[in-house]
Amino acid sequence: MNAVGNVHVNVGIFLAFVVVTLVVVYRTARGNRTASDYYAAGRAFTGGQNGVAIAGDYLSAASFLGIAGAIALNGYDGFLYSIGFLVAWLVALLLVAELLRNTGKFTIGDVLAFRMRQRPVRAASAVSTLVVSLFYLLAQMAGAGGLVALLLQVPAEDKLGQGVVIAVVGAVMIVYVLVGGMKGTTYVQIIKAVLLLLAAGVLTTWVLGYVGFDLSGLLGQAAAASDKGERVLAPGLQYLNPLDFVSLALALVLGTAGLPHILMRFYTVPTATEARRSVVWAIWLIGLFYLFTLVLGYGAGALLPPGTITPANQNNAAPLLAYALGGELMLGLISAVAFATILAVVAGLTITASASFAHDVYATIIKRGQASPRSEVRVARLTALVVGMLAVAGGIVANGQNVAFLVALAFAVAASANLPTILYSLFWRRFNTTGALFSIYGGLAACLVLIVFSPAVSGKPTSMIKGVDFHWFPLDNPGIVAIPLSFLLGAVGTWIGGRRPVDPYAEHALHAAMEVRALTGAGAEPS
Amino acid sequence: MTVVAQHVSATQFRTAGSVYEQAQASPEFQALRRRLRRFVFPMSALFLVWYLAYVLLASYARPFMAIKLVGNFNVGLALGLLQFVSTFVITTLYVRFARRAVDPAAAEIRRRMGLR
Repeated sequence: MNAVGNVHVNVGIFLAFVVVTLVVVYRTARGNRTASDYYAAGRAFTGGQNGVAIAGDYLSAASFLGIAGAIALNGYDGFLYSIGFLVAWLVALLLVAELLRNTGKFTIGDVLAFRMRQRPVRAASAVSTLVVSLFYLLAQMAGAGGLVALLLQVPAEDKLGQGVVIAVVGAVMIVYVLVGGMKGTTYVQIIKAVLLLLAAGVLTTWVLGYVGFDLSGLLGQAAAASDKGERVLAPGLQYLNPLDFVSLALALVLGTAGLPHILMRFYTVPTATEARRSVVWAIWLIGLFYLFTLVLGYGAGALLPPGTITPANQNNAAPLLAYALGGELMLGLISAVAFATILAVVAGLTITASASFAHDVYATIIKRGQASPRSEVRVARLTALVVGMLAVAGGIVANGQNVAFLVALAFAVAASANLPTILYSLFWRRFNTTGALFSIYGGLAACLVLIVFSPAVSGKPTSMIKGVDFHWFPLDNPGIVAIPLSFLLGAVGTWIGGRRPVDPYAEHALHAAMEVRALTGAGAEPS
Repeated sequence: MTVVAQHVSATQFRTAGSVYEQAQASPEFQALRRRLRRFVFPMSALFLVWYLAYVLLASYARPFMAIKLVGNFNVGLALGLLQFVSTFVITTLYVRFARRAVDPAAAEIRRRMGLR
């Protein structure tokens, strides 16, 4: 991937994206005053707009470059990821999105703590939100290094040069968040999602046209071009341990509806009906996109010279395909879109982490609910600055590391620390504070411990830490153990906490308020 | 929470509790909750079982997934694409259900409570 494409074209297209988005962010920022403006874009987006923004938030560089590359290299197993990522949206649609929009205000802490003791549950919710967001952030920023090498042709050995570029990217992202708040960030997501879908759609049509719209023929060519032959058309090349894949699949399907930066998007629409509409839009767009990546992945396998895609450069499969088909301009477009993808996702994560800290930790825990909205937003902006700088530092340190497991870990933590408590508190009347704390902290701790002692961290040639072996957990992904354990802990904690009810009358009133509000929208945060 | 607090205090604890407790105890609300749960719980179980069946087949029945159906299309690709189809179908079914069986009932309960 050296000397392919034209740096000036790549940079030009990317700069055009940055300039356009900065102008949009700046123009929409006027009137960004209240906490509701900063956190929830004044709840003024339509379901359609928010649905496109969700697609923008969700389709990260891992989705685009990672899945296309995995299909190009290992065939079918790359496709398995897409299916988990898509089906997961049904959990959000059927069980979470509307009820969450009706119940909460700015963060998931609002929902989790609604009928619990505020301070401990909000603290737990903030901890898990920050952990998930930071892991996700690190994965995105670390992936930026590889893209810098592609886009600017700064070689991987030039760590300083790559570091400078990562810092510049971080700075642009911080400007989006500080100036634009949720409204500006949402517009960035929308612009990026439209560009990404268009670019992937054009490239897909191009590939299909190239093979005369003969999909079966394309699959045959991909199999013929691969040294693994027909095996690329069936599962089994990437996930050698079947149980490992089952564990990952669980984390993917249950993680999405626990990702804080996705859940926070539901607060940017005025009603539960619009929240539903946004999930429907997101499902169609995300589903369409994953169908594109299937064609792109096999297309890269079939149309590029055999042996072009290797484990080392698999993330570049889509850009290389773009270059082979459309030359410098198409490569520039695809690379710039991929870069914009990282920028937008990181902005979404940063605003979520800052909202959780300012709203749950600062306003509720430190100031005990007495903070003025102005000071809360000021703290949120400061936190965004700190989180942004942490992301830059982490991205520079983690640059070049094997970070795929960070995204899977973020999903596993979201599925085990957040989802059980969200579902229990929405659907189980007797669920209580002790249950919530057991489930959040227990799920989080189980995830982190199992990951540290997994082969993803030590003991395999591909591990993060090489040369030592302290793993005893056999699987890369902790989902299959941590998620059921967290559900179980929630039930056990509820039983322990329920033996000494604090105030049954108050609990009954709070449960009634939460349930009526969740199901009907009565008393929900107005638009 | 401020909105809740206002409304709760405005009609604070009559004999049957807050407005929310009265609304929760009403037959209309109970029926709405029952209808919603009767749709979303079985549907969630259905798609999760169907997804897990697919995952288990892809993990433990790899030769089965490699059986060719038409041209180079095999069982694995067909089942994978069917996961897309089922996701789109369930989405559409839920939207129709919610528009018919949830939205009007929720609006009616809100109206009775005097909220929006």
